[in-house]
Amino acid sequence: MAAEQSAYAYLAAYAAIAANLPGGELAWLQRFRGEGLKAFEAHGFPNPRDEEWRYTNLAVLNKTLFAPSDNQDVDADWLEAYRLENAWSAVLVNGRFSAALSRLSGLPAAVSLQSVSDALRDNPAALEARLGKAVGNDEHSLVAFNSAWFADGVVVEIAANHRLVKPLQILHVVTAENALSATRSLFVIGTGAEAEIIETYIGSAAGYFSAAVNECFLEANACLTLYKMQAEADKACHFGGTYVKQARDSRLLHHNFAFGALLARTDIHSDLDLASECRVNGLYLGANRQHIDNHTRINHLKPHGISREFYKGVLDDRARGVFQGRVIVVEDAQQTDSEMNNRNLLLSADAEVDTKPQLEIYADDVKCSHGVTVGQLEEKSVFYLQSRGVDEDAARNILTFAFANEMVDKVENAELKSLLLEQLLARFPAMSL
Amino acid sequence: MLSIKNLHVSINDKPILKGLTLDINPGEVHAIMGPNGAGKSTLSHVLSGKAGYTVTEGSVSYQGKDLLELAPEIRAREGVFLAFQYPVEIPGVSNIYLLKAALNAMRKYHGLPEVDAMDFLTLVKDKVKLLQMDEKFLYRAVNEGFSGGEKKRNEILQAAVLEPKLCILDETDSGLDIDALRIVAEGVNSLRSPERSFLMITHYQRLLDYIKPDVVHVLAEGRIVKSGGPELALELEEKGYSWLEGQAA
Repeated sequence: MAAEQSAYAYLAAYAAIAANLPGGELAWLQRFRGEGLKAFEAHGFPNPRDEEWRYTNLAVLNKTLFAPSDNQDVDADWLEAYRLENAWSAVLVNGRFSAALSRLSGLPAAVSLQSVSDALRDNPAALEARLGKAVGNDEHSLVAFNSAWFADGVVVEIAANHRLVKPLQILHVVTAENALSATRSLFVIGTGAEAEIIETYIGSAAGYFSAAVNECFLEANACLTLYKMQAEADKACHFGGTYVKQARDSRLLHHNFAFGALLARTDIHSDLDLASECRVNGLYLGANRQHIDNHTRINHLKPHGISREFYKGVLDDRARGVFQGRVIVVEDAQQTDSEMNNRNLLLSADAEVDTKPQLEIYADDVKCSHGVTVGQLEEKSVFYLQSRGVDEDAARNILTFAFANEMVDKVENAELKSLLLEQLLARFPAMSL
Repeated sequence: MLSIKNLHVSINDKPILKGLTLDINPGEVHAIMGPNGAGKSTLSHVLSGKAGYTVTEGSVSYQGKDLLELAPEIRAREGVFLAFQYPVEIPGVSNIYLLKAALNAMRKYHGLPEVDAMDFLTLVKDKVKLLQMDEKFLYRAVNEGFSGGEKKRNEILQAAVLEPKLCILDETDSGLDIDALRIVAEGVNSLRSPERSFLMITHYQRLLDYIKPDVVHVLAEGRIVKSGGPELALELEEKGYSWLEGQAA
């Protein structure tokens, strides 16, 4: 089988790679990586036979052996175009933290940001306590792969009741051809603390594989706004999984913008404790032969939880979009209030979307709803604009832009919003009227 | 300005308009009344170029041009404006964006440069005041979450900004309370000029108390069965339409 062959190539290369991975002297970490390796060895990359990967084929990973790169060269001007001015920023180049490119001066004492390799040297016990606790290697074999291969990442901790005054941007930058950028990051938001974190994924190499796993811990009453802007290079493969543990009364607001990559998969999973709230918004834009898969899982484990999910997709040419939205309400999670919405706009007859909302409800006193639409632009709207003097093509562009822009509009950070708009218009130039 | 001759229109082979003839001169206000299903909305849709209608016979001449030959956006740029019976909600497009896109499309068509941003804002804010709307409406998505009255006012706001030559009001008064009707009517009246004509389609005579028409027509069974002065509307209010039906032949 191709998948096993590919896994074999990766496995064969592993010993040499492992020698360069940080924390090699830590027994618990060796064990952790070993378990990941074993799970990956047993399964290879996920494939469409796996229910959660039904619509996404990772065969492209078979064709190239993506390997870690020590290269730290970055075109500064290009990078700066994506860096937010009014934010602290941590930069990972080809999967390794770059202190030189990061801008972290003035971080308050209540905030700690370290690279994973530094954290493994300075305070490994803190990592041991968290690593693998928000997601297990049994989630799927890309998580297992990440456990074995991750070369770095960032560890962010916000002390209790601290409110971060500026956002924290984490720039994942890939510059080396056929590089593997495997990162594992931890975000710990203390009790009553508040933070805004912006993940940005970009690449200047043509083809590469970016595989990032985030484990997030929101302590009681904490609030995290997490943005993801995935604007990878056209031929890149991207996997980004964010796995969240929400303690009671905590609030997670996630915005997922999937613009780039040939093949992209995002997981957003959250486990909700008592009266916690989770709002996930997403926008995926696909053109040419892009394949963009978004997988969300909201797990209501205790009563009074609130979840809102709103994902929109615009697919042109032969692009394919996938949305899987799973909401689980366990027997104990009474009074759960959950809404899920997925709307798709197909701009070409060859574009495709597979959308699969899944509600699994085991409690009897809950309010849960979901809605899905797949369609073209509404002709009555096109006519309305025409009747005001706008020609038909322009009307269609305005309406398509408006459809997508609804998600960008939800972003409160003005600097990020204009960056997102730039991306949107770069991908659909006809809309920049 | 507008000359409709013997117009026959079908939807899916079902004849709706069956020989409608109507002439409107510059500056005139015409009201068309008639029972449900008479073809009132079909007339407004055909004039504005909505798809799905087949003209089987007759002609529509607008300022000497064959109106039916023109794409909807060209009709708009030539000065035909339809105030929709059911204005469309367009999430994600702000009112001000639409107004600017529309105005610039017209200006470009007439060989004029794009409107200056400051001039545009001044112009639009004046019109907003005229319609007694909150300026916040400009930054809200077109008609999204607007009340019925707000939507109708918004239509007139667009007309006020775009300054059409022929303004078709398709049941602009339906669903409005007296206060809202008065505001809409004031907006329309302020647009009246010797060069601008109006075609008002309505169910209710009440509208004509606020906007005085020059001519009232009764549309029944697909054609104009009676025309007269404003007094005709009162007669219709009193007697209904049944006494006119059958006169079409």
